[in-house]
Amino acid sequence: MILIVAEHAHGAARKSAFELVAAGRTLAAATGAPLAALVIGADASSVATELAGFVPDVHVVADPALEPMRSEMTTRAVVHAAEALGARVVLVPGSRSGQSYGPRVAMRLGGAYLEDVTDVSFEGTAVVAQRPTYLARVSAAVRTEAERVVVSVKLGAIAVAPLADTTGEVHRLDVPFSDDDRRLEPGPRQAAAKGRVALEEADVVVCGGRGFGSSEAFERHVVGLADRLGAGVGATRAVVDAGWRPYGEQIGQTGKAVAPSLYLALAVSGAVQHLSGMNRSRVIVAVNKDADAPIFKVADYGIVGDVLEVVPALEEALAGRD
Amino acid sequence: MKILTILKQVPDAESRVRVQHGSLDLTGATYVLDGMDEYGVEAALRVRESGVDAEIVAVGYGPAATDQAVRTALAMGADRAVLLEGDAFHDPLTVALALADVVREEAADLVFVGGKQADWDSAALGPALAEALGWAHVDWTTAFDLDGDAFEAVHDVDDGSETLRGRLPVVVTTQQGLNEPRYPTLPNIMKARRKTLDTRAADVGQDRMVVTGHAGTERERRRVMLDGDARSAAGELVRRLRDEAKVLREEGR
Repeated sequence: MILIVAEHAHGAARKSAFELVAAGRTLAAATGAPLAALVIGADASSVATELAGFVPDVHVVADPALEPMRSEMTTRAVVHAAEALGARVVLVPGSRSGQSYGPRVAMRLGGAYLEDVTDVSFEGTAVVAQRPTYLARVSAAVRTEAERVVVSVKLGAIAVAPLADTTGEVHRLDVPFSDDDRRLEPGPRQAAAKGRVALEEADVVVCGGRGFGSSEAFERHVVGLADRLGAGVGATRAVVDAGWRPYGEQIGQTGKAVAPSLYLALAVSGAVQHLSGMNRSRVIVAVNKDADAPIFKVADYGIVGDVLEVVPALEEALAGRD
Repeated sequence: MKILTILKQVPDAESRVRVQHGSLDLTGATYVLDGMDEYGVEAALRVRESGVDAEIVAVGYGPAATDQAVRTALAMGADRAVLLEGDAFHDPLTVALALADVVREEAADLVFVGGKQADWDSAALGPALAEALGWAHVDWTTAFDLDGDAFEAVHDVDDGSETLRGRLPVVVTTQQGLNEPRYPTLPNIMKARRKTLDTRAADVGQDRMVVTGHAGTERERRRVMLDGDARSAAGELVRRLRDEAKVLREEGR
């Protein structure tokens, strides 16, 4: 069977859950294997009901200690479900959390781990996938014949699945957690900017570089434009290092990887490390003072100019476009 | 106590990576200690400099040339090094099992691993190593403080950051923001040459996953430059995004 781990936040499934449903349906259809979802959380009932609209069986592991997500508790739950349900393939999101428990689950199952893949399929009995390597400049084809395979799927790589025709069943799964699973004690959390769309889920991303000159100008122009477009806010490493924006907004090798429909790179030079975090975007716009900036080599549309002039002009053009 | 810091040598980010007929061509690439691993070496040194009596062992894995990365760590201040010599590519889970043997043999209390390797673009090694050891791990760490055998760490999560408290042993994966790695000084580079480097053949098992081919990821881009003053260029951009690329939704928020 094919098991997907559906992550959720604030009582609703994350976008990644529906991307995994799409990937899971393809795998299940290819082999005739059943498809099921696993929902893990303090009170995951609303998420389970939501998922039942997409998959025939939803298994719920509920425990107050499961939120916030703890890697080892989640590992225990996923391993238990995979063994109890006889999963050949476990699909997990390529989120920070998925990347935390995914390798542990694969190791504990004695299986293989295909990491951060952009697609996955069966080739005979083998599971094959494509994944970015070398700072996303290369896509490697990987293959495993392992009996149990954990696959983490890159966020935004697969189109979300539509609702199923029938409503699935929700089952409760009891997992024997051990004290060791709770040995790390979660403390205070700092939330990323509230009310704004999550970076990896955003359809449009506006990313700014040091060229804005100050955190105030960044806030006014980059965040202002993002809010107008309903976009996620991204930043370059230099901006984050300067303390203008939190690490959670950094795009690139050390930050997040995004693949929105539209990516606006404003005063972003386009270092290899940055490109690795955004080169899968469908349409890329670059605005930079330096006509030789490498970002223009990957841009669909480029404007050579000062972002402090171009961005306000862009705001004006957007305001008047209807 | 004993701190291990895991090292890998990777092509420098500026090196050209080519794909020809489905194979990877890294001819002419310059290899460096993975930047992510440098944070781990620095973190280990800072634990010791905070007054903890610690031996720091740099553990490299990969081809023989990885000794350069290991020497860099020794020059930064690691006490001695172990190099597991093996093929350039192995499944991270397979590498984790081989490294776990070294961690156990060394009876280490704390292991730092780079958060993401710049060649295989993998963040799996740290969590996989912790799992192989039966330890907890903290990933994407931006702050780490040790008090006796108790630690407090801050790490990135999906929607921000989180503080985690726990006790050693632990595997910590490192990233930018954790610290500013020091540059090896010339005297320390000289001194590093006299430090012990124990090279041994990596005892790796069967890879659970194999690489069967490569392809470039460059996409066709329109590469249209929009001229004129800011206002006309911006106007043209909005028109093209709406009518040509069709990525601007109609207003309605």
